[in-house]
Amino acid sequence: MSTVTSFRPRTRRNVELVLLLLAIAIVLMAYLNVGLAIDGAFPPDLIKYGFGLLVLSVGFHLVLRWRASYADPLMLPIATLLNGLGLVMIHRLDLAYGRTGSRLLEPKQLIWSALAVLIAAGVIIVLRDHRQLRRFTFTAMALGLGMLLLPLVPGIGRNINGSRIWIGIGPMSFQPGEVAKILLVIFFAGYLVQTRDVLSLVGRQFLGIALPRAQDLGPILIAWLASVGVLVFEKDLGSSLLFFGVFVAMLYVATERRSWIAIGMLLFCAGSYVAYLLFGHVQARVLLWLDPFSEKALAISDQLVKGLMGMAKGGLLGSGLGRGHPEFTYFPESDFIVPSFGEEIGLIGLFALLLLYVLLVERGLRTALGVRDGFGKLLAVGLSFSMALQCFVVVGGVTRVIPLTGLTMPFLSYGGSSLLANWSLVALLLRISDQARRPLPDSEELAAASAAHTQVVRIQ
Amino acid sequence: MNKPIRRLSFIVALLFCTLLVSTTWIQFVTAKGLDNRPGNRRTLLESYSRERGAILVDGSPIAKSVPTKDDLKYVRTYPSAKLYSQVTGYYSFTYGAGGGLEGAEDSLLSGQSDKLFYRRVLDMVTGKVPSGASLELTINPKAQLAADKALGNQRGAVVALDPRTGAILAMVSHPQYNPTSLSSHNLDSVAAAWKSLNANPGRPAVNRAIAGDLYPPGSTFKLVTAAAALSSGKFTEESQIPGPATLDLPLSTTNLPTDDHQPCGPGGKTTLTHALEISCNTAFGWLGLTLGGDALRAQAAKFGFGDSLRVPMRVTPSTVPPLNAPQAAQAAIGQYDVRVTPLQMAMVSAAIANKGTVMKPYLVKDTRNSNLDVIDQSQPERLSQAITPDVAAALNRMMVTVVKSGTGTPAQISGIEVAGKTGTAQHAKGGAPHAWFVAFAPASDPKIAVAVVVEDGGNAGNEAFGGKVAAPIARAVIEAVLKP
Repeated sequence: MSTVTSFRPRTRRNVELVLLLLAIAIVLMAYLNVGLAIDGAFPPDLIKYGFGLLVLSVGFHLVLRWRASYADPLMLPIATLLNGLGLVMIHRLDLAYGRTGSRLLEPKQLIWSALAVLIAAGVIIVLRDHRQLRRFTFTAMALGLGMLLLPLVPGIGRNINGSRIWIGIGPMSFQPGEVAKILLVIFFAGYLVQTRDVLSLVGRQFLGIALPRAQDLGPILIAWLASVGVLVFEKDLGSSLLFFGVFVAMLYVATERRSWIAIGMLLFCAGSYVAYLLFGHVQARVLLWLDPFSEKALAISDQLVKGLMGMAKGGLLGSGLGRGHPEFTYFPESDFIVPSFGEEIGLIGLFALLLLYVLLVERGLRTALGVRDGFGKLLAVGLSFSMALQCFVVVGGVTRVIPLTGLTMPFLSYGGSSLLANWSLVALLLRISDQARRPLPDSEELAAASAAHTQVVRIQ
Repeated sequence: MNKPIRRLSFIVALLFCTLLVSTTWIQFVTAKGLDNRPGNRRTLLESYSRERGAILVDGSPIAKSVPTKDDLKYVRTYPSAKLYSQVTGYYSFTYGAGGGLEGAEDSLLSGQSDKLFYRRVLDMVTGKVPSGASLELTINPKAQLAADKALGNQRGAVVALDPRTGAILAMVSHPQYNPTSLSSHNLDSVAAAWKSLNANPGRPAVNRAIAGDLYPPGSTFKLVTAAAALSSGKFTEESQIPGPATLDLPLSTTNLPTDDHQPCGPGGKTTLTHALEISCNTAFGWLGLTLGGDALRAQAAKFGFGDSLRVPMRVTPSTVPPLNAPQAAQAAIGQYDVRVTPLQMAMVSAAIANKGTVMKPYLVKDTRNSNLDVIDQSQPERLSQAITPDVAAALNRMMVTVVKSGTGTPAQISGIEVAGKTGTAQHAKGGAPHAWFVAFAPASDPKIAVAVVVEDGGNAGNEAFGGKVAAPIARAVIEAVLKP
């Protein structure tokens, strides 16, 4: 804990509180909007719901005041807003489908949100310094890979909607890939900060590309093979792309060598092409991507088409929450929650949502710039970039930029594993940002750091 | 490591910019196209949630939306049941809008048309529930009913035009169906109705008047040949032309006989008027040879053959293929590969009646808003000048003799001078021929032009002949319009 001195940089915790209250106000307005649009009456749950949201997020805010007072002030309000809006959409879809009792998704999501926030607060409290995680580099790898491959274990692995990315224990089902994402980023960061000098300096030139020594390549190849394994055996294109993309990005940041990007792209393209040739489900995805309106594609699935039609109907301004028909699309509360929002809050609303993600990622990258240790930088970059890439894969998939894959939109989509993972991710970023923004004892160093490292994009 | 982090930020910015572009592309740039895709349930639902415009004939609706208590707030009904089935088409939740005006003017009826933009803005400002535009048709209900009744249970089509404007006075195609069975909100019964409609060998969903399989015109095409002959300047109504019992066709082993295998006049000669009056095949075959295929094709094109018309439903263009000499002789009497819609033959008849000017046929007289105030009125449009007024007058006189003393006597109406031309189109060896009749009346000041086709001779079967089967139908329609 910092001591009180005459010179004390601002923690911005009050800004966070104001933004947090604003975020909750927006979410409650949206909730009210849905109630008025669908039932034409004031939704009676509103007060209970608003109170719950307030307790959770302000509780988290207080934890930050207590244990990470210099943490970034924007991340928590953004995460709260996205999480809250996701809940509103899931509630709205519950109403549209006429779900009742145990089939209601919104209460479940609310419980998962509470659990996720509690775990995130736990991360902040227990983890006093992110550098502690470096000790668990290889543990993280083992755990991460284990979780990634867990769905393949007979008995607990479940095949849902054509992808084997779920595990089920009793009535509970869980997508361990989401948590594996964070564990693998921790592993990449720990491993790369250890070997970055070797990777960027030792090695020999081959055809103009610097290749590392075979013994340094081992863990990397394992990671790559795991991601290919995910693609082939779990039929999960999205996770595979995500892991590999984050891995290449972190490798590039660690080594500052652009050749890694070239190698990564090459490997990825070759892998995708081979997968396209070998696997029918990949070919189907590509067909649905390139020509979703053809009869052949419609015979496979009209999910993408329905999502597109929903977004188109939303147009610029949207139908208004509760006034569209997102329930016409399959999985409108998970994989297709972005088209659901596009339909009801329009292009303008969707832009606002996307900008929230941009802002969140930008704060993460700024944290990476500001933090002083290599591990922290790599960790922050990895976590932020994974969030950015996941948004790209999800939104790009439903808007036909890339083939549709089965990933969830962070915070918005229905799903406990996704919420747990993303709140923990934000907790880690908050922890690192506290480290990055905390004043150094030496005021000269502090001045230098704040002058140089607060811009994400430096215009020269 | 800060340099690559900054570079990575650019990549992140690029990724998100791509998403901004792709969402804009879908929700703004191509949104309208996606909305209008067939099978878009949202568009369908939206169009059901507002009152769809009615289709009116003489002020009373033949298609209207009635409020219901179920989710789809309106149900479409067709008060005249089958009578207008091919004109209105159907409006089905499952199968969309199609088959007639419901499909062709969907955007107007549903209120989505750009033509209604100003009104929509006004509705939005005044808080009025937007509704679709109504269409008042040019149809004369008496003519429609008479045509429907006269055609009876025979397959075929009747089209009647006002030759002066091109307004369609009657459009009947048999067999018919009841579009209400497709617009029901009981989707199972709709699916069953749709299945039986498409399984019906008579294909009731097809509008034979404008878009069925094209028919061979038979002798009614002799009007076009005669028009070409008179327009060439080499012939008049009284010109003597050869009309032997059999015409030798060059480059061909088949010859062209007259219907009764007798010469059409003394010494195998006849006048043009007489040739048309008795529908002399050899005389018109000889004209075809003399004028040549290109002249026939050019004359046909001036009458509108080959044009893509919308009335507003799409009309299948009628065709005369490129012809060599023997084909020209056969085409001149409406055989070989000449194919027409009944509407096209009505247009030929109407052009002759209207001093040679072809008017563009149209079905919608005006468009009205929900208060039935007229917001758009159709103006008659000139399509072409097919023949000179002089040629038209000559053909008029010739067609009068057809009804007065020739093959078309069953079309006579006391007190009204009818001009007409029969046709009997052989289309399958051994099969009964299609019976044709085209006409207009009164000959001195034509107010109606009609084309009738009865498939496979109708109830007369092999005994069919245009004058006997089709002419009475034309007469009934003309009487319905002209007799008070």
